[in-house]
Amino acid sequence: MVNPQLDAEGNLKHLLTIEGLPKRILNQILDTAETFVGVAERDIKKVPLLRGKTVCNIFFENSTRTRTTFEIAAKRLSADVINLNVNTSSQSKGETILDTVDNLIAMHADMFVVRHAQSGAAHFIARHVPDNISVINAGDGRHAHPTQGLLDVFTVRKYKPDLHNLRVALVGDVLHSRVARSEIHALTTLGVPEVRVIAPKTLLPADVEKLGVQVFHDMKAGLKDVDVIMMLRLQNERMSGALLPSAQEYFRTFGLTQEKLSYAKSDAIVMHPGPMNRGVEIDSSVADGSQSVILPQVTYGIAVRMAVMAILGGGSIGGGNAGGAV
Amino acid sequence: MKIHIKNGHLIDPKNKIDAKQDVFIVAGKVAGIGKAPDGFVANQTIDAAGLIVSPGFVDLSARLREPGSEYQATLNSELLAAAAGGVTSLACPPDTNPVLDEPGLVEMLKHRAKLLNLAHVYPLGALTRQLEGKLLTEMHALSNAGCVAFSQADIAITDTQVLWRAFEYAATFGYTIFLRAEDYYLAKNGVAHDGEVASRLGLKGIPAAAEALSIASIIRIACETKTRIHLCRLSTAEGVELVRTAKKQGLQVSADVSTQHLHLTDMDIGYFNTHANLKPPLRSMRDKAALSQGLKDGTIDAICSDHTPVNDDAKLLPFAEAEAGATGLELLLPLALKWATDNKASLLDTIAAITSQPASILGINGGHLSLNADADIAIFNPSTEWNVVANQLKSQGKNTPFLGNLMLGRVYYTLLHGQITYAYQ
Repeated sequence: MVNPQLDAEGNLKHLLTIEGLPKRILNQILDTAETFVGVAERDIKKVPLLRGKTVCNIFFENSTRTRTTFEIAAKRLSADVINLNVNTSSQSKGETILDTVDNLIAMHADMFVVRHAQSGAAHFIARHVPDNISVINAGDGRHAHPTQGLLDVFTVRKYKPDLHNLRVALVGDVLHSRVARSEIHALTTLGVPEVRVIAPKTLLPADVEKLGVQVFHDMKAGLKDVDVIMMLRLQNERMSGALLPSAQEYFRTFGLTQEKLSYAKSDAIVMHPGPMNRGVEIDSSVADGSQSVILPQVTYGIAVRMAVMAILGGGSIGGGNAGGAV
Repeated sequence: MKIHIKNGHLIDPKNKIDAKQDVFIVAGKVAGIGKAPDGFVANQTIDAAGLIVSPGFVDLSARLREPGSEYQATLNSELLAAAAGGVTSLACPPDTNPVLDEPGLVEMLKHRAKLLNLAHVYPLGALTRQLEGKLLTEMHALSNAGCVAFSQADIAITDTQVLWRAFEYAATFGYTIFLRAEDYYLAKNGVAHDGEVASRLGLKGIPAAAEALSIASIIRIACETKTRIHLCRLSTAEGVELVRTAKKQGLQVSADVSTQHLHLTDMDIGYFNTHANLKPPLRSMRDKAALSQGLKDGTIDAICSDHTPVNDDAKLLPFAEAEAGATGLELLLPLALKWATDNKASLLDTIAAITSQPASILGINGGHLSLNADADIAIFNPSTEWNVVANQLKSQGKNTPFLGNLMLGRVYYTLLHGQITYAYQ
């Protein structure tokens, strides 16, 4: 099967999922992002890489945060940005995804940033756009959120540069989490030797160990000697019902408190993709504590998204042509 | 009209014939096998040299989309597809719109099919009104109108009391119940086999146990109520094993498998290929192997196409939103033959799984070429190669996970009542 994310020369064509992307592409994105970190600290926070290009944020599912970071990233690359919240407009009038996408193609957009509640939506759109348009998946159902996975490993690399010597634990609702899937693929592709998931059985997908992770149902055992803790968000509607009895019980058993944090290595870092449910999956003292790198994640998120857009848009600073291997 | 089919290799599983024999047809009936009846002078001769002559195929599940979904397909388009696939008898499930729960609808469907005269259409009546799983249908009246058995299509009866009563009532008249076994709650909103692939793709899974649990209760109730049941489209290894055990215990149970499930697994979903969105979901390699074994050892009685034409728009959606199903009538033969080759099964046994065995499950007099039987015949070349190309399919549905695949085995002529309904160009 042809990898729909790569062109005939093996360069990134769309960013739909981290699964199946070669390590060299992930490193190319991370290294390019490194060059963009400084841009935000300049007086003029712009580089002209995407000048004259139009980036279209198509959000079939609402998300102010993710949309905003993509918007900032595109604007810092000097692109024109259009934001479209489709769930509130056309879809409710019966317009199909393809109708919406066709209309935007007709408006000559160059890049689509897509979020949709259904797994596979980004692949679906990528299959139907003309060759000159790139699609970036900004989250599709439970499937993938590749830029989040990339910004997470970027953050890990910043604090723990030796990825080949790390123990990483993901904690929480892996079953419904596209972030978890993208994190797992990013970590395993980049050679992190031990990735763990810690969750109650109701929040783990079938055969999860086949994704290359070790499974734990207990925080004490799971966090032992861990270098990086990646917390996952628990959606409100899943806090009480047939998956979990209550938010309180979840907090007691799987919420990250100072006490549970102490099971990990003393210099372990704590991450969360946001938005956080304080007092449900994470205690405020941990979220705001010295080991938390949650806000740097947000900052790096912009650099990583700039890198992805720059590479797909055909340019990268300092790295020559995007087609070049890194 | 007198037809002489000469030089062909006759395969008639019911009569255990696997030999070079000519077939003689008079007035739509088989009038002679191997030897012409007295005074026979053919009006028409079909030279079947190098071809196999078999009873027309009998498909246990073909959706014709009428009434109600004529935008997806019509009786005319789908019965032309049946003829092109060598299928001369087919059972259609009751999940039309309106549902086949009224004798008038069944009579109309039978009547329209008869006018087209391309295949025998055997409607499966709804077991419960509107398929809602609450109130029984007038099974006796539906049977008189032409229903050969009763079914819930893809909709489970969640109330076991209703299921029990439906079995008892059907057993009163000796009707067979067709059920696709799947636990409603475990399968709810699921779109793929609950396993590694679904987990990777982030698709909601349907555990294999959903089938096993349901089969176990169906078999238990059938045993209590002495009802004849047919389990449609087995998909799991556990399901096959339960049927095997039930058969050993002497229960009146039969089962079929679809051509899709015989050849594909959840891996074939690939990058969210909506043509692989099927009901039941494509399952694991282990399940597929167990289905093959079950078919080979007779646990599974029949291969069906599970023909479900879906229009392009309903497939051009994200995987979970796409409509499930594949067009299949025209692929029944080559996929059955491929199964035979892959599993070293005899041609006689394989053809039995698409002729005499499904006919016996439906309780119809068909699927064989005995003297005086209807001359419903498929003549095919098992080694003709052809590619599955959307616009060359007769079915209005171009939806199949086998698009672009090379098939071996092509129907050259189909006869219904001794009339040629299809000839390969």
